[in-house]
Amino acid sequence: MKRHLLIALFIFGSFFGSTVAFADAATEAATAADPVAEKRLQKLSEELRCLVCQNQTIADSNAELAQDLRREVRTMIKDGKSDKEIVDFMVTRYGDFVLYRPPVKGITLLLWGGPVALMLLGLFILQRYLRRRATRINAEDQPLSADESSRADAMLKEIDQK
Amino acid sequence: MNRYYWILGAFAALVALLAVGLNLNPRDVPSPLVGKPAPTFNLNVLDTPEKMLGPKDMQGKVWLFNVWSSWCVSCRAEHPVLVEFSKKANVPLVGLNYKEVRGDGNFDMSKMPADEEKKLAFQRANQWLAQHGNPYTLTVMDIDGRVGIDYGVYGVPETYVIDKTGIIRMKHTGPISPDVLAQKIMPLLAELNK
Repeated sequence: MKRHLLIALFIFGSFFGSTVAFADAATEAATAADPVAEKRLQKLSEELRCLVCQNQTIADSNAELAQDLRREVRTMIKDGKSDKEIVDFMVTRYGDFVLYRPPVKGITLLLWGGPVALMLLGLFILQRYLRRRATRINAEDQPLSADESSRADAMLKEIDQK
Repeated sequence: MNRYYWILGAFAALVALLAVGLNLNPRDVPSPLVGKPAPTFNLNVLDTPEKMLGPKDMQGKVWLFNVWSSWCVSCRAEHPVLVEFSKKANVPLVGLNYKEVRGDGNFDMSKMPADEEKKLAFQRANQWLAQHGNPYTLTVMDIDGRVGIDYGVYGVPETYVIDKTGIIRMKHTGPISPDVLAQKIMPLLAELNK
């Protein structure tokens, strides 16, 4: 039963994969002949955000704008532009937001440093807690005073006699 | 007791952070073009297709550049505001008709020759303006959307305020509401026209 389900899922998945591939087939034909260019297009597309469907790259998205931007990237590759020139082209038009990996600079410092800062804060709190706990346990762990130990002895003797 | 206040405080801070974050508009992407010269173009004018227009023809004037299309639903919502604006304000309003035909989604572009697309784009744009009123001093036709890319257009309608020296001073993404017009655009136009 489980196996059938898996097979069904697999067929379903491959069907979807192929429709997406078809949608772009016409435009892809142009650069498909050149596998190096195609690879570069793929890599660049994965670095660029589609501004319409904001949580997708232009490689994933089939929005109109993503198609247009892929077309631009394709033309620039054909024109012999470097990766940096292509990325700069996008950034001057759409800003840093177009980069799927935001650059490290003043305004994104919190974004990049935030998780590290939170972890350091966590470690600091943990260390403080552990240290306090250790001193508290140490304080409670003092040997019995002479008075206390004689009382304890008396109690133990009482139990033995019963 | 003290400790519970601490946790409550941290929780309140988290709620405040999320409240602020959720109220931000993720579509409001700051444009890197503000403060930069308006990207140049040379496009056919809708009324007089034999003529071309570019930003340098507008030099010396403060002007509004509004991206629109007949298939764009929000453009229709914004349209009465623009019509009203064009009656009152003495500021040129240039329209950029963006991907009139291929942006529509109802046409199979692989089967349509370029000259047919062009003809259809002019026809549809004219028809839409005749139907809803024409607030534009003139409209230029960006049939393949290339100029749109130069202006960083990602959601029609968009509006740019461009000053006398051709520098973009403001970009508004999405429809212009009467509030945006009165509180943001009009004061800026008045200041730039001083």
